[in-house]
Amino acid sequence: MTTNIRYKSRIPIKSDETTEEKQYVGFATLPNQVHRKSVKKGFDFTLMVAGESGMGKSTLVNSLFLTDLYKDRKLLNAEERINQTVEIIKHTVDIEEKGVKLKLTIVDTPGFGDAVNNNECWKPITDYIDQQFEQYFRDESGLNRKNIQDNRVHCCLYFIPPFGHGLRPVDVEFMKALHEKVNVVPLIAKADCLTPNEIKKLKDRVREEIERFGIKVYQFPECDSDEDEEFKQLDKELKECCPLAVIGSNTVVEARGQRVRGRLYPWGIVEVENQSHCDFVKLRNMLIRSHMHDLKDVTCDVHYENYRAQCIQDMTSKLTHDNRMESPIPILPLSTPDVETDRLIKMKDEELARMQEMLNKMQQQIHDGKDQ
Amino acid sequence: IPFVALSRFQLHTGLPRNLSLGGHVGFDSLPDQLVSKSVTQGFCFNILCVGETGIGKSTLMNTLFNTMFENEEASHYQNGVCMRPRTYDLQESNVHLKLTIVDTVGFGDQINKEESYKPIVDYIDTQFENYLQEELKIKRSLFNYHDGRIHICLYFIAPTGHSLKSLDLVTMKKLDSKVNIIPIIAKADTISKSELHKFKIKIMSELVSNGVQIYQFPTDDDAVTEINSSMNAHLPFAVVGSIEEVKVGNKTVRARQYPWGVVQVENESHCDFVKLREMLIRVNMEDLREQTHARHYELYRRCKLEEMGFKDTDPDCEPFSLQETYEAKRKEFMGDLQKKEEEMRQMFVNKVKETEAELKEKERELHNKFEQLKHMHQEEKRKVEEKRRELEEEMNAFNRRKVAAETLSLAQPLKKDKDKKNRSVKTENQSGVSLSNSKVMMAKASVEPLNCDSWWQAIQCCTCLVHNAAWRQGLF
Repeated sequence: MTTNIRYKSRIPIKSDETTEEKQYVGFATLPNQVHRKSVKKGFDFTLMVAGESGMGKSTLVNSLFLTDLYKDRKLLNAEERINQTVEIIKHTVDIEEKGVKLKLTIVDTPGFGDAVNNNECWKPITDYIDQQFEQYFRDESGLNRKNIQDNRVHCCLYFIPPFGHGLRPVDVEFMKALHEKVNVVPLIAKADCLTPNEIKKLKDRVREEIERFGIKVYQFPECDSDEDEEFKQLDKELKECCPLAVIGSNTVVEARGQRVRGRLYPWGIVEVENQSHCDFVKLRNMLIRSHMHDLKDVTCDVHYENYRAQCIQDMTSKLTHDNRMESPIPILPLSTPDVETDRLIKMKDEELARMQEMLNKMQQQIHDGKDQ
Repeated sequence: IPFVALSRFQLHTGLPRNLSLGGHVGFDSLPDQLVSKSVTQGFCFNILCVGETGIGKSTLMNTLFNTMFENEEASHYQNGVCMRPRTYDLQESNVHLKLTIVDTVGFGDQINKEESYKPIVDYIDTQFENYLQEELKIKRSLFNYHDGRIHICLYFIAPTGHSLKSLDLVTMKKLDSKVNIIPIIAKADTISKSELHKFKIKIMSELVSNGVQIYQFPTDDDAVTEINSSMNAHLPFAVVGSIEEVKVGNKTVRARQYPWGVVQVENESHCDFVKLREMLIRVNMEDLREQTHARHYELYRRCKLEEMGFKDTDPDCEPFSLQETYEAKRKEFMGDLQKKEEEMRQMFVNKVKETEAELKEKERELHNKFEQLKHMHQEEKRKVEEKRRELEEEMNAFNRRKVAAETLSLAQPLKKDKDKKNRSVKTENQSGVSLSNSKVMMAKASVEPLNCDSWWQAIQCCTCLVHNAAWRQGLF
């Protein structure tokens, strides 16, 4: 019996019957089992969209998932937005395709960047993400873990306006506040405003600024060396295209004899799914067709673990000085009692030293007086 | 005789009478004379462009005036809004135009934009102020003066398709009483026709409901009423700017080339650029200048003068003389200045006195403390002296007993050696009495022995230690 024949999981063993019966263990069917189970269980995905009002976020989400999530939305006037605070609105839909169920949650952030003073306008967003982590942490540490709901945000699409020369301060600050909590995918919004040259220039600019400011956006995982060439080529193209320049549309138009999602202009028709018009297809493929699970994995393995480690550290540093069990919210630890007494002791020592000096001086004076 | 002349003059005051002419006099050439004069003088026009970085202000200026004004791309990371005026000399046919374009660098980039409008308002006011100063001069040369007052403010609205941004609303409200505003939708090739229609309506309704006064093209002049009123309905203009040329059909036009089509700048069905150019340059430029001078500048001037205390008439209905008012104001101002100086001086003197008093107080305190400590020290010394005396007495008593014992022991020769020792000890005691005495004292006081070779030092050390003991008990 040869034990050093490697079985490739997807390729069935083609050898004669007898050897097959003897050497075929059968765990090559594991992927199929996983597939079956996961179809039965269904998937969930939480996507956050962030960016100034009017960047086309809702339109893009509708285009991505081919539904209309924002039917009865009310937009605020400019006057109402002067002092607007950021809200968090969740839309959850259950969609199904070829028997695979997906519970999709879209987290919207209306009001971001809309007020006149946008200081720390990303705080409600970071608080929300932390809240979801905290809730999952509590659930995970609890006794009954059968039905944990995973509401953690798996991906944040950040819409960069195409009207400028690159990233603006608010873009930089937002991405820096979030890059260690969630997978940030920057997009260039409303890309039908830019000619191909301008798109290239802007992408280069944004990539350079992302590196310069040290923003850790979501990196596509390196593909395995044994993947086929086509996949590798696609992967390479995808990486070079970042940030993706997207266009969304809620309307269907007639172009070249077909009905497509697009935008109708007097000078032409922009097709959302035309790869030479924009990177929408690439985004959809990346987000849904190839990297959805990787996004979830990075969220679980990297961002959530970081949060959890930080949380536990804070808790234990509090516990050694304080015997009460506190909730796992990462708050700044108070100055421990040791530090307090140390400080007092130091103070008293200093006083002692000063008094001693004064005394010495006076004795010296008396001594001199006596001598005279 | 003057009286008669005056009365004759008075007879003819009143409404002028219309007279008909018998033939062609020729004063219908007056407008032409005016025109030729102004052509020789040259015209001056100042445009202010307000909009976020990268929205297309420079490109639009290049497109409007069909030339390349030098401009470096602005960065997004300015700390605040910076006004950048540039003046150019243009010529078309025989008409000279001194064009000043003022850019707002850094507008809309900051995270906190509450102060963004201030530099813009300050710049406009400064131009008004300079003109006012020139007007009020004694020796003035207004015809030579380079008028920097802003004639038109083009406000660039980002093409979001929803409504105005909060910053736009706040800024336009601050500017509408100081300058003619024409709002334009920039980069309009990103909005489809239907969206554009809704967007324009939304913007105009927001402006109206918030009481923002934008420039209305004048409809009182018959020659231009029609075109102006139709243009008023197209506000805000949706423009696209470009300096690149693209071949369309058999012509080369300024356009933007996309994979899905070509946006032609001068095609009226593509954007409102042509309308803007018509209105801004070809039809209403002169009216804009006039409005700036007659309305905005006069408003500024009136406010400024009223601030300074000028009125048209004083309580007695006598017209004020600028001179007198100026003198009065000046006196008032000097008086205020002196008063302020006095106040400051007084405050300074008070502060000095206060500090002096404080220092004196501190000195006194310190002195008291010193006295107190000295007193305590003396007390301690006295106590130690007493103790010493007691100790001496005890020692003497002990010595006496010892002597007595010795005399007794002398009778017994067995203890000779011991006597010798005792005697030597005794003599030591007598000469270096301090050493052993101090040692004994230490022993009595149960502290560690010190190496002192004089009484005085011993006492001092003692005092120290006593003090320290007191210290440890917290008596200090």
